[in-house]
Order: sequence, then C-alpha cells, then structure tokens
Amino acid sequence: MATQEELKKIILDVLPDVDCVIGWGPGPEPLCASPYFMRNPEDVDYLLAGPASVHNPALFLPEYKGRKTGVVVKGCDSRSVVQLISENLIRREDVVIIGFPCAGVVDASKIAAKLGPYGEPGETERAIFDKDALNLSLGGKELSIPLSEILADKCSRCKHPGAVISDYFAGEAADALQVKDDFTDLAGLESLPLEERFRFWEKEMSRCIRCYACRNACPLCVCRDHCVASSREPHWLAQANGVRDNLMFQVIHATHLAGRCTGCGECQRACPVHIPVLLLKRSLGRAVEQLFGHHAGLDPESRPPLLTFQMEETNIKEREW
Amino acid sequence: MEASSKFIARTALAGWLGELSARFRVWAPRREGRAVLYRPFDPQAPEDNLPELDKKPTESAKHIIFPRSEPLINFRRKRDPEHPGQFLLDLRVPEAPGPSLIFGLPPCDARGFMVFDPVYNGSGTDGQARDIYYLRRRAAALLIVRSCSRTLSTCFCNWVGGAPDSAEGADILASEAEDGFLLEPVSSEGAAALDSGLLVPADENRLKAAQAARDEAKKTLKPAPDISGAGKALLERFEDAAFWKGEAAHCLSCGICTFLCPTCYCFNVTDETAGANGVRLRSWDACMTPLFTLEASGHNPRQDKAARLKNRIGHKFSYYPELHEARFACVGCGRCIKSCPSGVDIRRIVTDSVGLTQSPKPKAAPRNIPGGKE
Repeated sequence: MATQEELKKIILDVLPDVDCVIGWGPGPEPLCASPYFMRNPEDVDYLLAGPASVHNPALFLPEYKGRKTGVVVKGCDSRSVVQLISENLIRREDVVIIGFPCAGVVDASKIAAKLGPYGEPGETERAIFDKDALNLSLGGKELSIPLSEILADKCSRCKHPGAVISDYFAGEAADALQVKDDFTDLAGLESLPLEERFRFWEKEMSRCIRCYACRNACPLCVCRDHCVASSREPHWLAQANGVRDNLMFQVIHATHLAGRCTGCGECQRACPVHIPVLLLKRSLGRAVEQLFGHHAGLDPESRPPLLTFQMEETNIKEREW
Repeated sequence: MEASSKFIARTALAGWLGELSARFRVWAPRREGRAVLYRPFDPQAPEDNLPELDKKPTESAKHIIFPRSEPLINFRRKRDPEHPGQFLLDLRVPEAPGPSLIFGLPPCDARGFMVFDPVYNGSGTDGQARDIYYLRRRAAALLIVRSCSRTLSTCFCNWVGGAPDSAEGADILASEAEDGFLLEPVSSEGAAALDSGLLVPADENRLKAAQAARDEAKKTLKPAPDISGAGKALLERFEDAAFWKGEAAHCLSCGICTFLCPTCYCFNVTDETAGANGVRLRSWDACMTPLFTLEASGHNPRQDKAARLKNRIGHKFSYYPELHEARFACVGCGRCIKSCPSGVDIRRIVTDSVGLTQSPKPKAAPRNIPGGKE
C-alpha cells in the first residue's frame, strides 16, 4: 500500500515537532492491533493503518492537552477530534492531524460469527489482511474471508472515510460519500413493544460487570477520574451489580453523549461481554439530529445543542404545548 | 487414583448435573451470544443449558465464591419510641449461602482460588484476619476442573506454574475422552461426588485417550521464558517513571483486566441506602480506578494510569509472591490480554521489566503484525 508508506513519511516529518504521534501498531495477538505511540523514528516502521486499526486514537488526546501531539486518524476518529476541539477539550494548535483514505475496519464480532465457535481473539494463529480479504490460519487450516463481510457496521454508513479535518493527508482526499444513515440497527428493537424492549435490556445488562470499559474507551467521556458513577457524594449509583444500576449507568452515559457522540462505536467494541451499548447512543443521537439538525464532530466551531440554549428553539414549540 | 476414575458420556452429563443439583447449587459455563459466562445450571431444563466446555469462559469463576457485590448486613432505621429525636437500627444478617459446585472450569480458574486462599484464610496473620464471607463459600464449594483440550495464543499458564491439565485446587479433574469425559477424583469430596449410577468405571482405552488429549494440548503452549527474576526487577523499576508511562501509554485504566482476573481479590465496602432502608455491601474494587487510592484529604497517591498499572503488575509478580511463598498472583489465563480493548499484554510488561523484551520501542522483529503484509 503506497498510502502506508506515505503516512510513514509524513509521521517522520512531524515527529521532531511533537511529543509523540498516536496511531496503531502490532497488538498482542494476530487479529488485533493496538494503539501505538511513536516517539522515535524507528517506531514508525511498525505503523499499521488498515482494517485492523479499530481503535480511536482521539481517545488519548485530552491526556496530552498542552503538549503538541500528532494523531493519525480514520474518518470516524477525525470526527472525535473535531468534537473535542469544538468543546475546547483539546486545542487545535496542540494537535497535528494526519489523515488517510480509510477503507473500513473490521468488526471482531463479525469475524467470530464467520469462524464459528473458534473465532475469538487468541484462537487465530496467523492473520494477514490483503486488499479485499482477511487471510488467516485457524486450527491448522487456511481461510479467506472477504473484507466486505466483516467490516464494522459504522463503516457501511460512513460519509467521511477520509478525515473531516487534517493538517496532512496521505494519498488522495475524496469528497464526502452520499450515504444515508437510516438507523436500521435500531429498527428491530424499536419494533418491539416497550415491555419487550425493556426485557431485552434487562437480559443484556445482566451480563454487565461494571468494568466501565465502555466509558474509558469513549473519546468524549472526558470526566475520567471524576465520573458520577464513582462519586460517593453525591451517590448516584449503588455498588450493587444489578440490572437497575448497570442500566442506570448506561442511561447516564448515553444522555451525556447526546449530540456529542459521533458514533465511533468504541464503547461497544470495548465491552468484554458484548453488550450492544451503542444502540442507546445511536437512539439519542438520532433524536438530537431530528430536533436540532445537529451532526456531531463535523464543525469545530459548532456547539452541541445540549451544551447551549436558544431563547426560542426552532423545532421545539414550547408555547404551543 | 486411577482405579476410582469414572467415565461419563456427554449424553449423560445433563442428568448427572441434575442429580448434583439436589445437593449443590451447580454452576457451569454457558454461552450467551459471543460471551461465555458461568451461570446457574437449571435442573428443570437441563438440555437447554448444557455447559459450554469447548471455549474458555469470558469471565473467571471467582464471582461464584467471591460475589461481585454481596450484602453483609441489611439495615432499617426507625424512630426510637423512648427518645423521639433519635433513631434505632434494625439489623438483619442475610442467610448463609449453601454449598456450590462449579462444573467445567479450566485449571487456571481453580488455581485462581489458590491465590485467594492465603489472603483470606488468615495464614499470614496467625489466624487473626479471616474473611468469613469468602471462607464459608470456599469451604462449601466443589470444583470440577476440565483440562484444556487446546490452548489459545493468549494462554501462558506454563509461565506461572500451571498446565492445561493441572489438578491443583480441583476436587475432580475431568478430561475429554472420545464421547465423554474421564473423571478423576482429586479430593475425598470429589470422590464422594462420583458416586452416581450415571457414571461407569473408566476403562483402559478411555484413560489412554484422555492422557493423549492432555499431552496434545500441552504441546500447543509456547515455551515459557524465565521470569523468576520478575519480583526483583519490578522493584528495581519502581521509580522508573518513563518505563511505566511507556507501558501504560495505551492502557484505558478500565476494570476489564481486574474484573475478569481469577486472582484479583480486592473489595470495597459501602452502605447503600434508600429512604430508611439500606444494605452494607461488599463489592469488587479495582486498583486500575482512581477511587481505589483516593484519600479523604483529596490526595491521591496514584495520580495516573501508569502508577495504577505499575501497582497491578507489581502486585502480581513481585509484592504478592514476596508475601506468599513465591507464588505469582497470576495464573496465566490470558483473559486480561484477550479482552483488553486496547491490546495491553501483561506478558510483555513482565518480559520488558526483566529485560527480555523492550517496549514501546520494538527493535527486534515484531511479533505477528495484523495488516502487516503489503
């Protein structure tokens, strides 16, 4: 891939001026890369920008606030960077944004589904991505899966595979795609009666172990050490590991992200017991889109509608109630 | 030992677990979507919740003996009729739990309880500090360990004294043998549980088949590096902030590693009240969170994730072994690696600390690189 080489060249140029460049590097097992912090020129050799680059490197930027930091971004990651800038959580002049034309990233759940019972991380012996397929060895057998069948759902509704904001771009930047997000992922659940929907969440939340990986993997959950979930005073959530408190936290998380969430899906990817928590954020995100016409993470000058107010909202007819 | 070994056909398994359900609360791994979790076995619908024995459970079995959150006392506040300005507390101690049986846990999960034991059985304090809540569940639990028929690339039990067929901590060791399982009693309680008409004495062929499968599984583990110097090396690295910042750079500081870990035993105690009623809960705590070390003054001696990760690794590979007969507080189950959303690899941190590898500046040829071929 010429893009990968061009990316490396850009990073080497940027490196002397920044604390580090955050991208992706080799992970602990073949199907999984890892966020990667490049500080020295020799680190750049191991950069991986491709279908395994699932992590959102924007997550780490607030930690580096005040220090000039480079970040390699997929389109979805760049929207998180924009959102962080728009909320003044990082400063535009502190970040050097490096984009590339992303062709989508894989969804480990879809790979697992393709491979049957032996598709979990740790079971694959070797994995190599080529242009259109994932080739892997599993139990001594060689398999090839078309990439199109294992790309994350967010990629199929992605309008901005290149970065929406960048200082450098490796390869050809393309115009935004004409893709419509019709929220089909929510349709099945929403067709159910309310009681059944609640039973769905009861079942899902019964698996929750309250590890808060969903929160810590979220690039916009910036309270970090001061989260309401761990506050004793006031005491919003009990330590009890029951459905009620587990769900309560998810509702808090989703509400705080309404109009800010860019749908990167890291909360759901991080969940060790595979709870579809992105559905909650997507549902509230859609509500904000419909009410306020606001799309998070596209304009660094915009304000999330729930972080501001207007005397008269355009779509909320208070006086007509 | 072999003379009393039994065999159970896969088809008879649900029936046997049903039988055992009369004496124990039976737990077994069950698949829920992509996750495999330990769930109570339902003897009313045995065929619907057959144990998932081919896959390593996503979580460890520790919550069965050491619940995620456990009520210690229920309390209710009421007005003192003698002194109307004051309150009295009604206290109620929850019923003691009955005996439990865990079927089909991998050897690493059983060894995890061996790490818990010396912390909670008072052995380090001349019997002064005995955790009655842990000990009563532990004493009444029967562990039927299933030896692993294969290992994952994230498995490293052989680094820390384990093996895919280790019987340490088990009451019965179950091994796959053709169309069922060979059941070898390890403790006298285990032997007693094998007294069932659904089991048949193990014949020579099945003993051989089970042994062959176990030997095969062992071969799939990569050789273990020598990490005997980890305890000392980690102490020497204690002040090396750059080392820990490098290791923790991609860590999310979440609780996945701690909560999935079979050996992490820390807890917190909180009073949860609703109106006049309340419960004193003991629940899992995680050293990867800021609240773990936050002091009442507001000062936090572990300010960042690097300090927290340093404690987690140091505890497992240095401080704990120092206190407890050189046993690592890690059983090499690899769940922290497999489920880490950010690719943190505890093995790598340990080998980095003893100088066998060097991160985050990979100078040698990298390990398997996803997407690496161009």
